[in-house]
Amino acid sequence: MTTILPRKDVVIVGLGWTGAILAHELTDQGLDVLAIERGPWRDTATDFNIGYVQDELRYAVRRDLFLQPAVETMTVRNNPSQTALPMRDFGSFLPGNGVGGAGVHWNGHTWRFWDSDFQIRTNLTKKYGASRIADLQVQDWGVTGAEMEPYYDQYEYLAGISGKAGNIKGQLQEGGNPFEDPRSRDYPNPPMQMTYAPTLFAEAGRSIGLHPFPTPSANMSRNYVNPLGIAMGQCTYCGFCERFGCANYSKSSAQTTILPVLMKKANFEVRTDSEVLHVDLAPGGKSARGVTYVDTSGEEYFQPADLVLLCAYGLHNARLMMLSGIGKIYDPVTGKGTVGRNYCYQTNAGVQVFFDDKNFNPFIAAGALGQTIDDYNGDAFDHGALDFVGGSGINCIPTNGRPIGTRPTLPGTPKWGSAWKKATVEGYKSTLGFSSQGSSYATRTNYLDLDPTYKDRFGRPLMRMTFDFPDNDIRMSNYLCDRMEEIAKALGGKQYNVSRRKKGWDSVPYQSTHNTGGAIMGTDPGKSAVNTFLQSWDVPNVFVIGASAFPQNAGKNPTGTVGALAFRAADAIRNQYLRNPGAPLVQA
Amino acid sequence: MKKFVFTMVIGATALTVGPAMSADQADQIMRGQYQAVLGDCAGCHNQPGGKPLAGGLPLETPFGTLVAPNITPDRTTGIGNWTETDFHNAMKTGIGHNGVRLYPAMPYPAYTRMNDRDISDLWAYLTTVEPVSNKVEANRLPFPLNIRLAMLGWNALNFTEEAFKPDPAKSAEWNRGAYIVQGPGHCGTCHTPKSFLGADKDSGFLQGASLQGWFAPDITGNAQSGLGKWSEGDLVRYLKTGVNAHSIASGPMAEAVENSTSKMTDPDLKAVAVYLKSLSPDPGNTQPAKPDEARMATGEAIYRDNCSACHGGDGDGAGELFPALAGNSIVAQGNTETLARVVLAGSQAVHTTHAPTTPAMPSLAWRLKDQEIADVLTYVRGSWGNNAPAVSSGDVAAVRKQLLP
Repeated sequence: MTTILPRKDVVIVGLGWTGAILAHELTDQGLDVLAIERGPWRDTATDFNIGYVQDELRYAVRRDLFLQPAVETMTVRNNPSQTALPMRDFGSFLPGNGVGGAGVHWNGHTWRFWDSDFQIRTNLTKKYGASRIADLQVQDWGVTGAEMEPYYDQYEYLAGISGKAGNIKGQLQEGGNPFEDPRSRDYPNPPMQMTYAPTLFAEAGRSIGLHPFPTPSANMSRNYVNPLGIAMGQCTYCGFCERFGCANYSKSSAQTTILPVLMKKANFEVRTDSEVLHVDLAPGGKSARGVTYVDTSGEEYFQPADLVLLCAYGLHNARLMMLSGIGKIYDPVTGKGTVGRNYCYQTNAGVQVFFDDKNFNPFIAAGALGQTIDDYNGDAFDHGALDFVGGSGINCIPTNGRPIGTRPTLPGTPKWGSAWKKATVEGYKSTLGFSSQGSSYATRTNYLDLDPTYKDRFGRPLMRMTFDFPDNDIRMSNYLCDRMEEIAKALGGKQYNVSRRKKGWDSVPYQSTHNTGGAIMGTDPGKSAVNTFLQSWDVPNVFVIGASAFPQNAGKNPTGTVGALAFRAADAIRNQYLRNPGAPLVQA
Repeated sequence: MKKFVFTMVIGATALTVGPAMSADQADQIMRGQYQAVLGDCAGCHNQPGGKPLAGGLPLETPFGTLVAPNITPDRTTGIGNWTETDFHNAMKTGIGHNGVRLYPAMPYPAYTRMNDRDISDLWAYLTTVEPVSNKVEANRLPFPLNIRLAMLGWNALNFTEEAFKPDPAKSAEWNRGAYIVQGPGHCGTCHTPKSFLGADKDSGFLQGASLQGWFAPDITGNAQSGLGKWSEGDLVRYLKTGVNAHSIASGPMAEAVENSTSKMTDPDLKAVAVYLKSLSPDPGNTQPAKPDEARMATGEAIYRDNCSACHGGDGDGAGELFPALAGNSIVAQGNTETLARVVLAGSQAVHTTHAPTTPAMPSLAWRLKDQEIADVLTYVRGSWGNNAPAVSSGDVAAVRKQLLP
């Protein structure tokens, strides 16, 4: 028995960063907007209480804010010859849940991708020839860096990013990232105050000719009022960002930058604890009629809407498309089908440097407080003599010194007992870590589809993830580890330890919640699920917004680009789509 | 243009009005709507989620419970049977339709200073709002107070019907401010201390008073306990947005900002600021409080652990997100009811168009004992230039008991 509800102009699936941005923009346009959110309502005042939010056991270890696998999980395998098995606990990545989504418990690294990232296939082919990327399925995004610039700017000012421009309108800026594309103006806030470890890291980098700069951060370096009039507070450097909500209104999220205004609008409504089962298509499958969702009592509802925006986590966007029959599911054998194509991740590696005579006070920290070196990222360096494409940002961002999780020890230390305890006491204050945030490039056999065996609590097939680190990316990561060793040597210290990335992706240890692709954007409907405005090629009154649109992932955190793509989609809907609703913005 | 504005007014009040309405009448209704803003009728006569002016939430007074009645033009449950004269009498003398005596929870002791034209305008507006059938049992007082005739005696003792008297020695702006504060704005209803009969103590005009578990602070220009350290601009910003660098509106004042002051015109807010700043009663004893050093040290340690992340190491706050405690007038009041209440129960800022953030302070009742709260408040009241007396654990315990009976 499904209850049919009164229609809405727009229904948004998921109220995280992208859902909140789209809801704000489209309610400003006068549309009647409903967001349906699977998880609970969450706001700073009630849910991120300063009296208990720094509870490492509850939030970091038991992951109170995250999606639980009983609600939705997926099956995983490394290659198509294996049988995928369900993840019974999330490990390698931790999808968000509830209002604000993963934007609640992120660290706040806020990057712009470069024009060379967006035009990657054209660029690499021109520079190194098509044979260099023959084993990769990298694709152009269909947008240029210059086209994306105003939307990055909009997102950075909404979120109050703290940073230092490296290039304003073509003029290089002292102290910023010399490799970044031109930006129209500086960040809205100056860089955060630097702590000791990143300061030493930057000195070491400069001593060997590299170009460190402050990491652009969504932790406020000062009090800030954003363009919506919403006030944020200066970060207190408490070191409880990733896996935590911010109690001090200091970390950008939908809660701290949009919801106080959005929730007061008469033409906006959110229904929480309500899970969308699928998008309902009209006969013929060429347009969406609305969505079907179920609330916590098990009651099922049909919500009619003229426009459906999938704004869930990227992986869940892709699965909802598959479950709804929007587009054709990708087949790695024939290369046909677009939904699930080009699933990518992040190819990270890390270095620890151990000192005897340093005290880094690691508890004075913030999620994105640190220094980055981009000399070996993306297209910043010549790959002519190298055997890979891509690169990594090298980040020294000591995000926290939390008592349970932060226990660096020298290699060879026992994992428990008095020797371990002694080593953690010695290592806590005097260990400096930095890491490479590596690009992840698409291959034919890294993809998402529906699992043939395992089902969720509603009887819907789980999504199946087939992924391993491509050989190209492993070569890239090893090259970066060699470069990081040079920095480690320049830092001095008594010993260093390099953790290299190896083939055989393991879903258990935490690595990164930067899952991209599955509903990728592009100019060719045969190779992309959505056009460059994130509108479905197959069902034009559906837009699919998030990192699901990335054709591959760059050597940077994705959120800045997710925010910019959301603003770009909103602009296209407001200024183009609504003139002729239901029509494709790009002819296939 | 006028017609367009008028349509908006009518639209807002969801009433169908015949086409014969003249422009003069339309102007009068609009002026009356603004009088309803100045008088904050909605503050008492609206229920959250209810129809405008169709009756409010129960109002707890020291004498018992009253409910603001339905003042829509509904003939049976509202004031549809009233005449304009009835309404004038109610506002000026506290005696309504058929001679029924109002309780002074309806602030007629302030409204009596309103001029006739403003009351007529307000009446004209009230006749245009949507009539709502909603029977309100207004009088829930215990015997003998539930006998309205008792107010005859109360009025004889406590009430003088008098029009606002402008002071020719002062500017027009000052007089406008005085008129709003003393008349329609009825600021003294909360901010002036009351006698045991619940009447204003004129000698303490606007110098702070307890009500409904909050302490409405001194809003005179007193430099120590009042608004002496605020500029006129600070005061205007506070009333318009609910927040400025010194304070964030909480409790009943947050509601007053939302319903009333945030909708006042800028010149009226400026006039109110000019008038309030001009009131400078004798600051009384300005000898520095000499708090116990051991308690100050204990309080400082508690402050560092529990308060400084938001309110700053030096009590300087964070912009308009977290109020400064240095120079904060709530902190400086003689009565610590609001202070203890905010620490125990938390508080959330009001949402206004110009300050939409609604930051909140969490409840610390579960985390801090009465003595600890008393110590930290003693520290806050004696630091960074603040000079208010120590707080006892009994002061805190009394508020805790009220909150968690």
